[in-house]
Amino acid sequence: MYNFDVVKPARIADAVKELSDSSESQPLGGGQTLIPTLKQRLASPEKLVSLAGIDEMKGVCKGEDGSVCIGGATTHATVAAEAGDYPALAATAAHIGDPAVRNRGTIGGSLANNDPSACYPAAALASGAIIKTNAREIAADDYFQGMFTTALDEGEIITEVRFPVPEAANYQKFVQPASRFALVGVFVAKYGGGVRVAITGASNDGVFRWAEAEAALSTNFSASALDGLSLSGDDMISDLHGTGAYRAHLCAVMTKRAVTAAG
Amino acid sequence: MPKDGGIGASTKRREDVRFLTGVGNYTDDINIHGQAHVFFLRSDVAHGTLNSVDTSAAEAMDGVVRIFTGADFEAVGGMPCGWQVTDRHGEVMQEPRHPILAHQKVRHVGEPIAAVVADTLEQARDAAEAIVVDIAELPAVIDMKDAVKDGAPKVHDDLTSNLCYDWGFVEENKDAVNKAFEEAAHVTTLELVNNRLVANPMEPRVAVGEYARGTDEHTLYTTSQNPHVIRLLMGAFVLGIPEHKLRVVAPDVGGGFGTKIFHYQEEAFCTFAAKACNRPVKWTSSRTEAFMSDAHGRDHVTKIELALDADNNFTALRTDTYANMGAYLSTFAPSVPTWLHGTLMAGNYKTPLIYVNVKAVFTNTVPVDAYRGAGRPEATFQLERVVDKAARELGVDPIALRRQNFITEFPYATPVAVEYDTGDYHATMDKLESMGDFAGFAARRAESEKNGKLRGLGVNCYIEACGIAPSNLVGQLGARAGLYESATVRVNATGGLVVMTGSHSHGQGHETSFAQVVSEMIGIDANMVEIVHGDTSKVPMGMGTYGSRSIAVGGSAMVRATEKIIAKAKKIASHLLEASEADIELKDGAFSVAGTDKSVAWGDVTLAAYVPHNYPLEDIEPGLEETAFYDPANFTYPSGAYACEVEVDPDTGKVSIERFCAADDFGNIINPMIVTGQVHGGLAQGIGQALLENCAYDADGQLLSASYMDYAMPRADDLPMFQVDHEDGTPCTHNPLGVKGCGEAGAIGSPPAVVNAVVDALQSAGKDVTHVDMPLSPDRVWAAMQ
Ligand SMILES: Cc1cc2nc3c(=O)[nH]c(=O)nc-3n(C[C@H](O)[C@H](O)[C@H](O)COP(=O)(O)OP(=O)(O)OC[C@H]3O[C@@H](n4cnc5c(N)ncnc54)[C@H](O)[C@@H]3O)c2cc1C
Repeated sequence: MYNFDVVKPARIADAVKELSDSSESQPLGGGQTLIPTLKQRLASPEKLVSLAGIDEMKGVCKGEDGSVCIGGATTHATVAAEAGDYPALAATAAHIGDPAVRNRGTIGGSLANNDPSACYPAAALASGAIIKTNAREIAADDYFQGMFTTALDEGEIITEVRFPVPEAANYQKFVQPASRFALVGVFVAKYGGGVRVAITGASNDGVFRWAEAEAALSTNFSASALDGLSLSGDDMISDLHGTGAYRAHLCAVMTKRAVTAAG
Repeated sequence: MPKDGGIGASTKRREDVRFLTGVGNYTDDINIHGQAHVFFLRSDVAHGTLNSVDTSAAEAMDGVVRIFTGADFEAVGGMPCGWQVTDRHGEVMQEPRHPILAHQKVRHVGEPIAAVVADTLEQARDAAEAIVVDIAELPAVIDMKDAVKDGAPKVHDDLTSNLCYDWGFVEENKDAVNKAFEEAAHVTTLELVNNRLVANPMEPRVAVGEYARGTDEHTLYTTSQNPHVIRLLMGAFVLGIPEHKLRVVAPDVGGGFGTKIFHYQEEAFCTFAAKACNRPVKWTSSRTEAFMSDAHGRDHVTKIELALDADNNFTALRTDTYANMGAYLSTFAPSVPTWLHGTLMAGNYKTPLIYVNVKAVFTNTVPVDAYRGAGRPEATFQLERVVDKAARELGVDPIALRRQNFITEFPYATPVAVEYDTGDYHATMDKLESMGDFAGFAARRAESEKNGKLRGLGVNCYIEACGIAPSNLVGQLGARAGLYESATVRVNATGGLVVMTGSHSHGQGHETSFAQVVSEMIGIDANMVEIVHGDTSKVPMGMGTYGSRSIAVGGSAMVRATEKIIAKAKKIASHLLEASEADIELKDGAFSVAGTDKSVAWGDVTLAAYVPHNYPLEDIEPGLEETAFYDPANFTYPSGAYACEVEVDPDTGKVSIERFCAADDFGNIINPMIVTGQVHGGLAQGIGQALLENCAYDADGQLLSASYMDYAMPRADDLPMFQVDHEDGTPCTHNPLGVKGCGEAGAIGSPPAVVNAVVDALQSAGKDVTHVDMPLSPDRVWAAMQ
């Protein structure tokens, strides 16, 4: 680790100010990604702006439109325990990492990082969530821009994430045996206006929506509607744990399972 | 029921109290006033010419004490190899120089190039980033079969090729074996890989070097399984420090699994640098460094053939193995694919003719050496896979085929040079069959199929060899060490005693089980017995712990020393009781005269030994302290039969282990709870190898699995509740406790059971799959089904 300063502001406005003071400062959520990166000397911020002391960024509540609103600094454990209005989301949070990770890691950190194998990006994209920052609101469809890439500007903080609650939803995570991130994770959400299917872990471009599956399921929300549908493995991640073709196959299997489980 | 603390009691492990409450004393807990820290700059390329290492900018940085490069170590020895193998043509193996820091060339990712000693670790890391290394990259050799091709890039320019040795065993049997294959009614052939593993003990390696200028004494604190071996190798062959000026301490060690047997560069460096810098020097491995500097395990590629006659009797066995040595010879690397592997190829079967060929190969990878089981898992895996495949090809029951070919008479001399003293393979298989409820398997399979899963049952046997010995034999086989063990029993005046054992405990629970043996022999409370290990300044020259040798060899030395103590104590007692020595009996901590009510307590005898007022000074010396060195007459041969039941998800290829049963014959047992724990741990690692663990390199020699993000360790929820049974074993015939050893069995016996079960599951669904290489990860199983 290189040396750095840490500040722990109590309000969003102060955090934004701390971040804008210097281009070498960076927000710190739960540190579950950032701290290991620092330990390996792969990043050298001068200042970390911890978001853990900002109460207005923590907790789960219900919005006027019925959506589930989660503060950007809310831990996975809190979402697992308190997002009961959106059971598939709570269940997703409950299966991220291990208890230590869930007690520290935050939804804002996860979405800002946009790891191609992370779980929340699939939940947010399939739910058509709104990512609120200190400056604006970003629709999930515009937010995810490829692995580790998002619409966030430098110094912009995710303050809240709003999830419209679907009629039915489920997340199926097929774990990579070593990291236990998603080798392939499929989040299916059925809304009045149609079904959304978002897939993480598989693509070289990060989380994506599977349009053909969405169309088929919007007409007939059952696993059999997916018969014969498949994705190409050509552009998918190929590594020690699975080829692109294997991941493409898992996308179809996990989508069916998510639909069946969503009921 | 044995009394608590005695032989046969499941006494709770006394050492766990300090381990679990955070008051253990691990090497990283040792911090010496004024110590500096070393950071090793390691190669990030697999093979290259080291043109220059420019440390000038780094040396000027804050806190830097001194920076060392390969040039600083030209005058000292290279890392020694402790075993010399002679090949099938009578030539000795090729043995390259293994420098402490890379010199002129780098040969694997992770090889240390420079060592920065600084006031703090962060300063050392900062300075390491300022070192300018100029490496001209060379093509790397990673695949073993590529490495032995003509014209392959050479790992070591001064060797004739990348072939370390070409070993044939037993060379004289070769023609007869080939003839038996020509005459066979059936031949089963299988090609397989025994996957490369990283041991991953919970505690990473640590070394702290200290030098006392006033007395010219060196001390090395290190995470070792055998401090005396390190003292001898490092003192005599690397640094030229006489043993009486060198102390090596291996305090609490958090797991070894073999990878902490070997002498490593970092140990020699810290010892050397402590004197050169006149400051204690400390190194603690990071987990990432551990992946690329701890010796790896396994990594064999094998073709095995089994010949059977028309009645399904095994008539001959032939194997052809490539064994990866990595870039250099780690301390005991040459012995693993040869004497710890070829000698076990008979397994539990009376196959009369066996020929084993092993080609050991240098590649641009981390050195490979012994890992839990060392050679025996590789032997067991091939043999039990090929036997299973033969049963399937012949359409016979795999258990019946094994039983038909079991060795049933002991002692039994195998055609691969070893003699099994005892065993009862049918009895072990009987136990397994009742534990495993094989009769209920069909119903369980039907139930799985209802849930869309394929169920498979895999069974295998194993034999292994522990306590490798005797020393004069292993010397003939190429060992450059003896394989005895030592113990000193020091009885104190008030009756408590200390056993200083050459065995080393790094999780095995010796402090508990060794004390149980001595307390039983004397009849005193186990709390009166202290077990001391791991310090060359306290313990007589000992060989340490590996190869499941501690209770069989170290325990035997302790028994012999305790017998000497008892013999002397009886002399003292006979004097105190004014009776003939022949009439003295020791029971429950008191000496009595047979047939009388005259007795004297243990504590009175020990006090007399140190306060010899009323004492036979003319016959015996005062004091009560004895040492024994025990050199076993033979190996011990634990054996067992394992069964695994799996469910395979046909849509994803994911395997889950539903049941695992282990029936083991470890001979007599000192502490059943500790033995169960050893079996559980071994099974976890064996199942880890079979399903999860894979140390992988890409074609350029980059380590793909260099962290837990990609190297899958087994976790509790990957494993079922194990059913184990190790009661009623056949006692070893040649050591005083009748014990065999249990530390490695689980890791040796379990991988074939898992693979046999998965093949069974896939075949039950009509898939034409005869083998899947480990680890049986979901993608591989799925691919095999397509
Ligand atoms: C062992 C382990 C297992 C894991 N398993 C999983 C898993 O199964 N599934 C999964 O999805 N994830 C997994 N994770 C990742 C985990 O969910 C992390 O919590 C997450 O990736 C990052 O969140 P964090 O709050 O820790 O962010 P940090 O590590 O603090 O920060 C990550 C990045 O986001 C930025 N950042 C943080 N908060 C904000 C914010 N509010 N606004 C803008 N930028 C911000 C930081 O500057 C940094 O660049 C695992 C992590 C570990 C260590």
